[in-house]
Amino acid sequence: METLNFRFEQGRRRLKAAPELVGVVSSGNLEVLIENVDLKGACAIEIKTAARGFGAIWEAVVGDFQQRWQLADARISINDMGATPAVVSLRLDQAVEAMVEEGA
Amino acid sequence: MSASYLEATARERILALLDAGSFNELLPPAQRVVSPHLGQLDAPVSFDDGVIIGEGLLGGRPVMAAAQEGGFMGGAVGEVHGAKLVGLIKRAIRKQVAGVVLLLETGGVRLHEANAGLIAVSEVMRAVLEARAAGIPVIVLVGGANGCFGGMGIVARCANTVIMSEQGRLAMSGPEVIETANGVEEFDSRDRALVWRTTGGKHRYLIGDCQQLVGDDTEAFRQAAMDALTALAQSGAPELTLAALEAEQEMLRRRVATFGHAEDPMDIWAELGVERPETVPMLEAAAFTAMAQGLRIPFKA
Repeated sequence: METLNFRFEQGRRRLKAAPELVGVVSSGNLEVLIENVDLKGACAIEIKTAARGFGAIWEAVVGDFQQRWQLADARISINDMGATPAVVSLRLDQAVEAMVEEGA
Repeated sequence: MSASYLEATARERILALLDAGSFNELLPPAQRVVSPHLGQLDAPVSFDDGVIIGEGLLGGRPVMAAAQEGGFMGGAVGEVHGAKLVGLIKRAIRKQVAGVVLLLETGGVRLHEANAGLIAVSEVMRAVLEARAAGIPVIVLVGGANGCFGGMGIVARCANTVIMSEQGRLAMSGPEVIETANGVEEFDSRDRALVWRTTGGKHRYLIGDCQQLVGDDTEAFRQAAMDALTALAQSGAPELTLAALEAEQEMLRRRVATFGHAEDPMDIWAELGVERPETVPMLEAAAFTAMAQGLRIPFKA
């Protein structure tokens, strides 16, 4: 297993209070837990992945993700079993769509 | 809205089962109660350890419900996973709810967790029997791709009611296990039609191992679970007595004596009086149960 941490400061978009979980920890898939936590406006992402050595690709995928959503006070925790970058992006968007406040 | 039970995740299933908006999850993923063993083995964990538990309403009646996620390690029962099930069932007894509904999809014990997993499964069995002894009915739903095998297959048969789809499978040893132990001549695990004829919902229904067969549809499972709960509430959940267990044992003995020689489940169906056994796998759930009426071995809980 490999653990990766990313943090993006000064997001704008707020999340609703109750956390959400999407996806399943199965082969080629992942689960994404997304929570509203006071992080002084930051979005923090922790990834635990079964596939070692893909840090650069994760960095690109979560960088694009935060570019799209600009999340603030968002803690995202991922358990991954070798999902492809496209699946990761879809799951991350699915998680946010379950969490974005109305009109945000 | 109609949706495949087979293709739904455990989380989707439990939400579809219970009355809309009534589900309150216990030990939700944000609490991160994960397996202490998998991390030591450098294996991935899941924030709910592969089982979602909680309380809610089913047709207006308060129930405790659990759904195993087959995608995570085949729904296998580890220490935390099992403890969540046990805690839920004990809570059902304490709160005197109308019933416990278990959405099982599992290969049985999570072997990575060795004795802790084995003990967990036996504790689930004991809890189910304690619930029944306390008059709280237990309803099991089996309709996931991984079936319900191993110790959890035994748990299913400890319940008052078992509801399956044709796609659902229920057995002790899985096909690969039987083939490995007894040879391909005994059981060809790659013959999918044979595997489903032997372990699938229709066979279980015909030989009296499940009470109801439904189509692969979350709404059909919900309706069947509601009907079962209503029936158990009206009649009172039958008590587990020594006499009832001995009668069940006698039914199983006669079943083996009558059908033990059969080479294929179709032989058994023919002996039960099914006119064209080869057409059974093609029948829709409603047509199948109509055909099976009067022929099947009745389910006794």
